[in-house]
Amino acid sequence: MKDTPMSNCERDFILKAIEEKKRLDGRQTYDYRKIKITFGTDYGCCFVDLGQTRVMAQVSCELVVPKENRPNEGIMFFNLELFPSPLVYPLQSELSVKLNRQLERCLRNSKCIDTESLCVVSGEKVWQIRVDVHTLNNDGNLMDAASVAAIGALCHFRRPDVSIQGEEVTVYSPEERDPIPLSIYHMPISVSFAFFQQGTFLLVDPCEREERVMDGLLMIAMNKHREICSIQSSGGIMLLKEQASRLELADSSLDNYQKDLKAGGRCGFAESMPQERITALKTDQTAVEMTDVSETASSIVQTAVAPPQTVPSPSVPVPGVGQVGEGLRNTWGLEEEEEEEEDVEMDVVEILDSDEEEEEVVILYPETTKKPK
Amino acid sequence: MAGLELLSDQGYRLDGRKSTELRKVQARMGVFAQADGSAYLEQGNTKALAVVYGPHEMRGSRSRALHDRAVINCQYSMATFSTAERKRRPHGDRKSTEMSLHLKQTFEAAVMTQLFPRSQIDIYVKILQSDGGNYSVCVNAATLAVIDAGIPMRDYVCACTVGFVDETPLADLCYAEESGGVSSLALALLPRGGQIALVQMDARLHQDHLGTLIEAAMTACKCVSKVLDEVVRQHLQETSVLSRE
Repeated sequence: MKDTPMSNCERDFILKAIEEKKRLDGRQTYDYRKIKITFGTDYGCCFVDLGQTRVMAQVSCELVVPKENRPNEGIMFFNLELFPSPLVYPLQSELSVKLNRQLERCLRNSKCIDTESLCVVSGEKVWQIRVDVHTLNNDGNLMDAASVAAIGALCHFRRPDVSIQGEEVTVYSPEERDPIPLSIYHMPISVSFAFFQQGTFLLVDPCEREERVMDGLLMIAMNKHREICSIQSSGGIMLLKEQASRLELADSSLDNYQKDLKAGGRCGFAESMPQERITALKTDQTAVEMTDVSETASSIVQTAVAPPQTVPSPSVPVPGVGQVGEGLRNTWGLEEEEEEEEDVEMDVVEILDSDEEEEEVVILYPETTKKPK
Repeated sequence: MAGLELLSDQGYRLDGRKSTELRKVQARMGVFAQADGSAYLEQGNTKALAVVYGPHEMRGSRSRALHDRAVINCQYSMATFSTAERKRRPHGDRKSTEMSLHLKQTFEAAVMTQLFPRSQIDIYVKILQSDGGNYSVCVNAATLAVIDAGIPMRDYVCACTVGFVDETPLADLCYAEESGGVSSLALALLPRGGQIALVQMDARLHQDHLGTLIEAAMTACKCVSKVLDEVVRQHLQETSVLSRE
């Protein structure tokens, strides 16, 4: 669907609020949204939820011929797909290219993976590690979510074990030998700042509304060792020198991500879908006011009327079988043999038409008090 | 590249420059008569050709016209003979598209687009020989071309690529230095106000060194702006002399 244009009122409102250091969702200027990292059942599958932005990354590997100028290094390939596809809406292809290149530069040029360990036979066979990132929902700041997802998936991934005997190369399946994790030197994670009015106002982790009205975006990728892996500014002009000091903030949010990554639990794809539909009986935990609970509960219980007994308690005729009630009788009753065998009174009305060759029409009234339903 | 010393003990680089020296800049404006503006710029061995058409009416989809300013359309491409190995895909691959987007972003910040609503300005840049600092040379060439076309700009846009080796920033990297795994930072600056139009950095750099690197980049950009200014004034003198005769 084409994006609905933003009205001037909304734009002015957001900009004015930012000037007063207020954000739409109540965050402070340097607050991140809640981030949730989950892993799938397959090795190398990672989901990241950054507020409402949802991104999935999957890592896969295969043996290929290495590049000619680097015969003993493995190959890393990154691909980021936007949803909906940019082929359908060409204006999105700019964003797609931008995100792809930023992800490549953040992860490949910073050499976070030891590519030499991916070499099997120099010049002939190396592992090609392919990272596919799919954005499932865009609520702003896709880059950060994508970088966390990609690095999480790379940490989670295990490649098959390989052994070489002379000229023979044997690739073991996961059942034969345990797969090996990739050797990762460091984890670069990107932090995005949206800036307004030539860099006077900086917001961390812009949501989609804020992204629409921003002047430009500054993306800084850093790792735990306080090394900057990549900087990219897109759009607008700004005075950068003051912002260099803001990197400390990026640092602190990075530490949180690292902890989250290590603690991420495993679950299947279906479980990771958010259960916020009306048809589901489950919602996220929310805080509940718990004072005076016991008093109000006991008062409610005392004043309540007991519900009427509508159903008899279940009986167990045979182990494994539970029975409530005794079932209904067959009320179709169109065969005469069955009618004669019945010893229950029924209200039967015979209607004799003038034409006696027609069958009797039997009208049965439903039983009222005979048997419980 | 093992064995190549990017910065010797005496402070000399591979091509004999000192760490803060830029490569030699040679430029000509008004290279093509048909285009509205054109420029050819050499920075060391990197050669770029920039051509500007506009401002003119929106071509293609009228719906993309902006009601209050001009749309800037940039295309970056490299000649197939520009690199050591013949380039198979001169344009349309991801790196070229990214470069085009960066150029567009840079010039949208500098050109006074509010003066030309509902129109389009095309900037085409081609690298004829690539020896490092491609983005910076493109930006410098395109600045001259835009000035040649007579399109008003807030300020010169000057760009430079700096690297960091042995605790020293190196200004204006060449290809050997760039591919040697040096952390390189490309900066596009509007020198008079010190405003940054684009900053881009790859490879790892410790946080403490960022300030020095940016300072070095800004100084280098200001040097480039002096050179570009010189080129423009000289071109103006030449053309006014010719028109007088």
